Amino acid sequence: MTKEDIKQVVLDIIADIAPDEDLSAVKPEVRLRDQLSLDSMDFLDIVMELRKKHGIEVPEADYVQLASLDSCAEYLFPKFQAKGSK
Amino acid sequence: MSSKTRIVITGIGLTAPNGNSLPEFRANLLAGKARIAEIDVRHMGRHPAGVCDFDATKWQKRKEIRNGTRVGSISIYCAREALGDSGLNWETVEKSRVGVYLGITEHGNVETENEIHNISQFGNDTKYWTHHHNPRTVANNPAGEVTMNMGITGPHYTIGAACAAGNAGLIQAAQMLQLGEVDVAFAGGVSESIHTFGIFAGFKNQGALGAHEDPTKASRPFDKNRNGIVISEGGAIYVLERLEDAQKRGARIIAEIAGWCINSDATDAVLPNPERQAECVRLALKRAGMRPQDIHIVSTHATATALGDIQECTALREVFTDCPETHINNTKSFIGHCMGAAGALELAGNLPSFEDGWVHPTINIDELDPECAMPGLVINQAVQAPRLEAILNNSFGMLGINSALIVKKYGVA
Repeated sequence: MTKEDIKQVVLDIIADIAPDEDLSAVKPEVRLRDQLSLDSMDFLDIVMELRKKHGIEVPEADYVQLASLDSCAEYLFPKFQAKGSK
Repeated sequence: MSSKTRIVITGIGLTAPNGNSLPEFRANLLAGKARIAEIDVRHMGRHPAGVCDFDATKWQKRKEIRNGTRVGSISIYCAREALGDSGLNWETVEKSRVGVYLGITEHGNVETENEIHNISQFGNDTKYWTHHHNPRTVANNPAGEVTMNMGITGPHYTIGAACAAGNAGLIQAAQMLQLGEVDVAFAGGVSESIHTFGIFAGFKNQGALGAHEDPTKASRPFDKNRNGIVISEGGAIYVLERLEDAQKRGARIIAEIAGWCINSDATDAVLPNPERQAECVRLALKRAGMRPQDIHIVSTHATATALGDIQECTALREVFTDCPETHINNTKSFIGHCMGAAGALELAGNLPSFEDGWVHPTINIDELDPECAMPGLVINQAVQAPRLEAILNNSFGMLGINSALIVKKYGVA
């Protein structure tokens, strides 16, 4: 899975948890909270969906890594790679 | 505030299995049209149930619907529709002086069962349990969702009163208006119970779950072959105001709250007690300053259980002797038992009688149970009446809670 694929995984999750948001122009380098109406419960939803759908765990100390699509991709890439190699 | 302060209804919003507005609901009641579907109940297969088909997106964003509860959506829909019906200028209403008082039979079973099912797909590991669980299942959830959606900053809470809850919500609101705690109240009852298998299983194992090959005939109070309750969802929320406030703003006054009573059987968790029910009705009449003869419609609670219907009929026969102008009907025969919403919906369906002069029937009686025979029982066909000025709305519930609410046509002494 490429980093672009991972960004799409996160966007697909956001599409489910924030269905009123227009995700067509999300800037990958900008904090998600600065361009979308997302609150702390929504970020917990992202964490839960990564766990449920992809078996990826994000410890609480690392939640900050989910700030933007770019940071999500950087942080999650090795986790998806580790999953893929199993 | 004096306890004599008069309280009036100035708006109604509802969703019932056979109507998403009072005119639609009323038209179907007068036409004898039931609407009960068969649904898949988790672990239990197909069962008849009353399902509402209102459009939740009319008043909620999709994210609100996703994060909230079914009963929250029912409550928001009903409250918003009631507001529209009331003609209140919402922009100018002081939101800290608005209260929300919603009756519920139960709350949280749906979300809890869903999460138990959810984690069962993950080896019962609780790390998959949703963080939305607590805000969804706190007992004030439906009323709280209304305040968040509408920006209401006054008091909100639910009133847990089993199947007497619809009346209890209205009574609580009337009392808070009389106390001067609020100026406007959104009050009534709501239920999402068709989404919890536990309610179905509980009634089934109690021998009290209704069934019929034609789902629309499954709920048949007073019929000799009745076999139990049809579980339904729904909601009815009223705008209540003090009479002088309603008059000041030139509101359309739909009806006046005349009297009420809530009492307890103190006898059995599930078996009703006709003696206490009769006491409840009598005390409501006394508080309203009315005689049994002054009641023109008795909206019965009867749920189509073998004993419960007979017990209510026993209580009513005792109170309503020599009452030639009193008509008796039942709304559950059309929509099933809407649990926490039942009392509020059943009252709403009867209120238009003050204007249209008709009494809707109780339907699905193929053979009247002789033990349920009562003078004035309106069977299968609506009837016209020369004088319809007061309704007694009965709602009773488990643990022996009884409620009787009397509503009268505005302007009648």
